[in-house]
Amino acid sequence: MKMDNIIEIKNLVYEYTEEDETFVAVKNVNLDIKKGSFTVILGHNGSGKSTLAKLMNGLNKPSSGKVLVDGIDTADEEKELEVKRRVGLVFQNPDNQLIASVVEEDVAFGPENLGLEPKIIRQRVDDALKAVGMYEFRKSTPHRLSGGQKQRIAIAGIIAMEPECLVLDEPTAMLDPKGRAEIIETLKRLNSEKGITVVLITHFMEEAESADRVIVMNDGEIIDDGTPKEIFKKVEKLKQVGLDVPQTTELLYELQKNGFDISTDVISIEDTALKISAVLNSEE
Amino acid sequence: MLKDITFGQFYDSKSLLHKADPRIKIVLMVLLIVFIFIAGNMYSLAFAAVSVFSILLVSKVPFKLYLKNMKAILPVLIFTAIINMFYGEGEPIVSFWIFSLTLEGISRAIFMALRIALLIFISSALTYTTTPNDLTDAIEHLLSPLKYVGLKNAVHIMAMMMTIALRFIPTLIEEAEKVMNAQKARGADLESGGLIDRVKALIPILIPLLLSAVRRAYELAEAMECRCYNGGEGKTRMKQMTLSVCDLWISSGAVLISGGIIVLNILI
Repeated sequence: MKMDNIIEIKNLVYEYTEEDETFVAVKNVNLDIKKGSFTVILGHNGSGKSTLAKLMNGLNKPSSGKVLVDGIDTADEEKELEVKRRVGLVFQNPDNQLIASVVEEDVAFGPENLGLEPKIIRQRVDDALKAVGMYEFRKSTPHRLSGGQKQRIAIAGIIAMEPECLVLDEPTAMLDPKGRAEIIETLKRLNSEKGITVVLITHFMEEAESADRVIVMNDGEIIDDGTPKEIFKKVEKLKQVGLDVPQTTELLYELQKNGFDISTDVISIEDTALKISAVLNSEE
Repeated sequence: MLKDITFGQFYDSKSLLHKADPRIKIVLMVLLIVFIFIAGNMYSLAFAAVSVFSILLVSKVPFKLYLKNMKAILPVLIFTAIINMFYGEGEPIVSFWIFSLTLEGISRAIFMALRIALLIFISSALTYTTTPNDLTDAIEHLLSPLKYVGLKNAVHIMAMMMTIALRFIPTLIEEAEKVMNAQKARGADLESGGLIDRVKALIPILIPLLLSAVRRAYELAEAMECRCYNGGEGKTRMKQMTLSVCDLWISSGAVLISGGIIVLNILI
């Protein structure tokens, strides 16, 4: 049964000290991530979600409690590489993640560090670039690409190591709407076609729409956990923890507040329109 | 404006020299430079000059670009020539104070200037036909024997630093531009004033740039860790350098040139 979860987090606490003051970034978190799932962790700035991301692949070590990746304790220094090759982490700023000035050489960096055969590396690099739809850019230099394209290269660089789980820490925060859509599209595809477990950390609620599971964090704690529909119903609660509710949800929420019998569990414009028209028709 | 600066001088004209292995090119360049300095008489030096110009022709890079490089080095060239002119022994033609101009000095100056010019041409031929990344890789390969003399990781670290530098130069240039524009929008005056004023005006640009570079370095280190980087131990390479017929061609060319120089040195 244990192997169903790629990541198991038990009573996790993470503290750090800055100028003699101790801060608790993550307070007693318990969380299991199922293999092959698409989980979104929502939280505003300072909710501890980025710290949690770094705890998931051993970049940060727990102050107390445990993080197990495929049964391996991330606190075990000996197995550091084992953990990192299973859980790949993608950061916010694509510019600060790319190390080579040729796209394909950058993607090759991870597999090269794993000491694979040149032929296998070649194969993995090509596969990874195709998976993120950037194969035709393999010879370009990153600084000539758009933000969304660069972020896709960064994702390719991680999946070329063939991790079981991809953790992304606000990968869309610095991108324009087009780039953001590209990334979400890519992640959905990697999840459904390649079966890679995705943990997407974000403060954009829209991105949680197609997730299997949504986790809401505030002040270092998990305050809610459920399917997107369950979570989106609780507009009041989300607003309280400083999350921006999408315009469609906002509209439904206002309608609900003003006495219409309508729930706020959808996000896309089409679904919202359908809901409203259904209510209007039934009123007649 | 700043963004258009390309680091390195690669000019893609798809010649024989472009296809050749960068490691071979570096070795041959060093070899030819040595022989240019071995060339001891007029004939062998003239032969070396003709050979170098034929290499430039083979590279298919416009000659204009080579001259551009030469222009940058011209002051050094002239300075060296002038110093050498007064360095010869023998019968002075003109002399004043402690300086005396001799025939031998003049010929020495011409020799020296020609040698330096050829050296610049031949190294430009390398940088125009090889991308900075290939150069970095080749240097790493060529220096790799150093790991047997106790410099185990030094070569890898040097190469890694060069790779990262090449990658971040355009990014930092872009950032410098942003900071400059931001400071200009706040009324910073970067163009007028004397030298001291201008240097002072650079401070509000350099400090944010430095801070951001440090922040970037920190994030990059974390990203590298996430990609299983552990200082290059057990690292393999995707790109394998292989020798081809081109390398045989350019190697035999270089050997012929070196041989020619020796023969002319001895015979005449």
